[in-house]
Parts: sequence; C-alpha cells; structure tokens
Amino acid sequence: MKHLDEYRDKALVKPLVAELARSVSKPVRLMEVCGTHTMAIFRNGVRSILPEGMEIVSGPGCPVCVTSASHMDAFIAMAEMAGVRVTIFGDLFRVPGSNGSLAQASSRGAKIDIVYSPMDALDIARNNPEDMVVFLGVGFETTTPAIGATILVAQREHIDNFCVFSTHKVIPGPLELLMQDPDLKINALLCPGHVSAIIGAGAYQPFVDKFGLSCVVAGFEPADLLNGLILLARQVSENNPRVENLYPRVVSWEGNGRAISMVDEIFEPVDMEWRGLGVLPLSGLAIKEKYAHFDAQKRLDITIPESGEAKGCLCGQILKGITIPPQCPLFDKRCTPANPIGPCMVSSEGTCAAYHKYGRDD
Amino acid sequence: MPDNTILLDHGSGGIASQELISKIFLKHLDNPVLRTLEDSAVIERQDGRLAFTTDSYVVDPIFFPGGDIGKLAVHGTINDLAMRGAKPLCLSLGIILEEGMNIDDLEKIVISIGQASKESGVPIVTGDTKVVPKGKGDKIFINTSGIGVVPDHISISSKNGQPGDAVILSGSMGDHGITIMTRRAGISMDGNLRSDTMSLHKMVSCLLAEFPEAVHTLRDPTRGGVATSLNEIAASSKLSIIIEEERLPIHPEVRAACEILGLEALFLANEGKCLAIVDGKKADDILKLMRTTAEGQQAVIIGRLVDGKPGRVLINTPVGGSRVVAPLHGEPLPRIC
Repeated sequence: MKHLDEYRDKALVKPLVAELARSVSKPVRLMEVCGTHTMAIFRNGVRSILPEGMEIVSGPGCPVCVTSASHMDAFIAMAEMAGVRVTIFGDLFRVPGSNGSLAQASSRGAKIDIVYSPMDALDIARNNPEDMVVFLGVGFETTTPAIGATILVAQREHIDNFCVFSTHKVIPGPLELLMQDPDLKINALLCPGHVSAIIGAGAYQPFVDKFGLSCVVAGFEPADLLNGLILLARQVSENNPRVENLYPRVVSWEGNGRAISMVDEIFEPVDMEWRGLGVLPLSGLAIKEKYAHFDAQKRLDITIPESGEAKGCLCGQILKGITIPPQCPLFDKRCTPANPIGPCMVSSEGTCAAYHKYGRDD
Repeated sequence: MPDNTILLDHGSGGIASQELISKIFLKHLDNPVLRTLEDSAVIERQDGRLAFTTDSYVVDPIFFPGGDIGKLAVHGTINDLAMRGAKPLCLSLGIILEEGMNIDDLEKIVISIGQASKESGVPIVTGDTKVVPKGKGDKIFINTSGIGVVPDHISISSKNGQPGDAVILSGSMGDHGITIMTRRAGISMDGNLRSDTMSLHKMVSCLLAEFPEAVHTLRDPTRGGVATSLNEIAASSKLSIIIEEERLPIHPEVRAACEILGLEALFLANEGKCLAIVDGKKADDILKLMRTTAEGQQAVIIGRLVDGKPGRVLINTPVGGSRVVAPLHGEPLPRIC
C-alpha cells in the first residue's frame, strides 16, 4: 500500500490542484469512460475543486450499467432453471431487468453466488458437480481475459459443469459511435486506465485523428487524476490534441499482446445490445464455436428476450454523457440505490450511484 | 447419525434437551441465577433507569479470525447497552440450532460465550434452545437481550449532539466487516485480517465517570459502518457533520482488501469500536483518557458537528475537495473491476 499512499500524498497533491487551475485557459469539457474514474473523481472530491472552465461528463464506462434489460431478463430466467447455479460479480446482484433482479430470484430460491474472480466460480463448479455452474460474463476488455483464462483452465481440467454466458463488450468502437452524436460536445477524453492496460494507449489515436479530441490515459489515485486533468487542459489550451499516457506503470502503447491473443482465441466480435444505446455493431464478444461447450447460451439453449427499458429512466442519455443524473425525473425520487430503476443507480460505479452517494446538493 | 451432531431431540424439552443444557450450557455459563433453571431470572432492585436491548446474530462463517458468533453475541448486546451510558447487568441467550450441527462446534461457541461473559463481567441469567430441521436454519442463530442500569445523572442519546462537538472514533475502521466478507465463499483472501469484536462498556464507564456531562452521544458503528452511524447522529441531532479523510484510522491490510474489492472502510461493520460525540472544549482531554483504556488506544478525533443542513455528513478529502457521505444501502457488494 506504500505505493498507493505516494499517489495520495497531500504534499504531492496540493500543488497539482493549483497547477490545474493555472492550466485551464480555454473551456475543457471532458468525458471519462471508466466507472472506476467516475467513482474516484467523486470519492476524492475532485468535482468540488474543478477550476472554472472545466467540466467532466461520465460516459458509458460502467459495464454493469450498460448491461441491457434483455440480458438481465435472460440471466434471471437462466438462474431459475433447475440444476443451474449462477455465479456473478457482486454489482450485478441488484441490477433490475424488466421484471425483478437476480436478488429477487435468489429470494425465490435461485442458486446465485457472488464471486470476486471467475476462477472462484470454477472452484464452485468443482465443489458442486451436480450443478451446471454458469458465470455471467459482464465486462469490458479488463475483465474478458480473466474469463477467457478460466475457460481454458476448465477445458484443460475437463470441468464439464462450467460455462460462461458472454455479454462482454468492447470500448473503442462504441465510443467512436458515441463521438458522432452531435449532442455530445466534448473536446477531451480521460481514457480508462484498466481497459487501456489491455488494449494499449495507441487505441485512442483514432479519436485524435478523427475527432480532434485530446486524450490522456490516467490512473485512479488523486495524483493520477489531477495530472490527467492538467495534461488535458494543457492540450486544449495549446490546441494540440494527442494521446498522452500518464499511466505507464500499468499501460503500454501496444497493450497486453498475450491477453489480446487469448481473447481472440476464445471470443469473436458480435453485435451486442447496450443499455440505453441499443444494438451496436460488433460491440460485443461471443464465445467461438470451437469453445461452444463453455457457451451457456448454447449449452442451456438460452434465447434472449426483447425487453424494454424502464419507463422514464434516462440511463441511456446519462450513459452518453448528454444528461446528468439530477436532470432525470426519477433520480433520487423513485430511483434510489435501495430501489434502483435504472442500472446507473445500482452499480457501485454507476454515474447515478456516484451522484447519489457523493453529490453535493448545495 | 453420529452422536456428536445436534438432533431434533435436543430441542424437544425432554432428556436430550436437559443433557445438552447441563453438559454444555450450564457447564460453561454457570452462575447462581442461571443454575436455578427457573422459567425466568429474577433480578434485584436497581438504582437508576433500566436500559433494555436485543440483537440477533446470524453471521456466516460462525468462526472467523478474531472471534466467533458467540463472542459477537455477547459483545454486541453489551455494547448496545453501553452506547446509552448503561452499566450492563445481565444477558439472556436464545439459541436456534439446525439439526445436524456439530456438537463440538456448539460447545466451542458456548465456551466462547462463557469467556466473553466472564471477561465482561456480565452473566447470562436465562436462556433457551430450539432445534429446527436440517435446511430450515444455518447451523446456529443466536439472540441475546440485555438489561443495564443508567445512572440518574447520565443522558446519552443520538439527539444530544451540539454544534462544535468533536467526533471521536475509538479505533480502526472496517476490521470486522472485511474479515467476514473475505471469509465468505467465492471471495477467498488471506492476510492478517481480524475481527475487532470486543465489549466497550468498561471504556464507556471510565469516560462517563470522568466526563458525565461532556459525552453527548455514543454509537457503535456496526452494520453500515461509521458512515451510516454518522448519518444517523447528524439526522437525530439535526446538524451537519464534517470529517477529515486523512484522520480516519484504517489498518493497512483492511485498506488493501478494500482497494481490491472496491469497498470503502467507512461502510464496513465494526464490532468493537465506538463513535463518541463530545463537547469540543473537552475533546482533547476525553481523547487522552480514552487512549489510556485498552479498547481506545488508537482513538482519534475524526471530525466535528456544525450548524448546517440537518443530517448531512461531509468528508474533506486529501486533495482539498469535499463530498457527501451517504448512509449505506443494502449489503456492500464487491465490484466488477
């Protein structure tokens, strides 16, 4: 933890706050595209010290939030099938589908285990041979390699009662589509630290070339965040958009080749539905035919229903950074973390949850 | 079924029940009042008002580093009494066992209850045991109720916070919550994590003997953690609370586990800590005294009460920013990435 403390050191951080104020000479409207950034920005009170002329909007960076109601409904229906035991990351537990959540299915007797790693799901499969253990694959580039690795281990060890329901998504393509939205007026991108560890900082070059966006890859500690904002402000001020990598202790230009090739081995791009954004071409990853034995949709013959989004919920607009949570008529009224209507309220990294938990109301 | 497991017979009220009582419960919890095995315990007349509380314990796993469900059941109820300034007098012990539970495990838990009760000086004076069929419970559930006496001149309540009061936290945050969470299936994590379960009434009585007026509010931040307790105090006292993030005491191991799981220690349960809202002018003296006690060696002043929006808790962050600290909603769940 010593390493972490260095990036939180007050003596280091204070001058950065002053430098940030000096760096903004032209308006900066930046989007962060990572749920962990959303939370870190709120948790550290960064919004309360933003200089005039700098604005942060949150993009579709929370994988739980962009999981569609149709997928949630399919997850819930599958969890209630006899002989099925579902394993999930904790955030997914309370996400509403069109009619209830996994938490409610659990209360009706569905077998649902919260795990921290897909490898723990594999342990559950080993220990419960009578159940078909399904891991609900939800996540971006950061999460997919670990799930791919788990499939390879399951194959090697002939663990027959394990499979994955893949709704994995990729970031760059959908983000490019989002940038074409005329309502979204941003000039800078705070690029996600974790996703970039896999895909590499080079993945953002097209955003500079096509949209003239300033791009900085940054980590999540206060010093990382502030440095990221300073560099973005400077790029905008100097009118010199480019990709800068502030997180070289984790992120390279090329990315993690081994992880990328493992994902390519097991998954293939497919059209995927995103909550609030609709079906985006080749924005998801399905398990290849070669590994069909580990594909829950094939093993259990799952069809994904066409479910609508909750009425009045503006998660779609919020995920696009066009609307902020307090502008949603449901926010903090009918939709709260205790009774979430949209996914942005339920995930600990969702924008609405962040506004609810940390937002100043004065 | 092997003879070291709990049978439905053990809850029948017949011979098997009596054997369980004499060979396990009386053996480890014996005292003159309990020994009578009457339908209720009769307690001598007391000076002062009576405090009465109850709490149920269903923790899974039942054994964890730093304690077990039995110890927790004794400490938790004693602490609830102490948080009103009461001197705990006695406890009741209600146990629901699941058919098939290992009797050795039960005995371990009862030994632990006996030890905790003895160390705390608070006897178990009445009790009850029931057995439910396998699958209708989860090994063991415990309820303890407690009676305490509040001296006439003491008035401790969440409503009593005043502007200018200091917020003292008696030690590190989150130890119990993270220990339990990392022991549950699916999230296996090793490391030097230990529950902080302990009784706090001796520390409280020491503070109240010296500062009967200056201690306004006491709360043990159990489920929901420090964040939720502070919200409750701010709401009851109709004031705002401002805390300083840098002053929050968190063990490095707990902080590391929180980082990995995406949790905040502010929201994790504690079982041996208290928040004391005290007169700002006496805060340093009270802190000094608290630190002389075994339970409060690591105590720190973490913030203050101020006039402001009633019920709001703000935290000042190391970057010089501030944010709202909301109460916990539902069980904290580990995040995805």
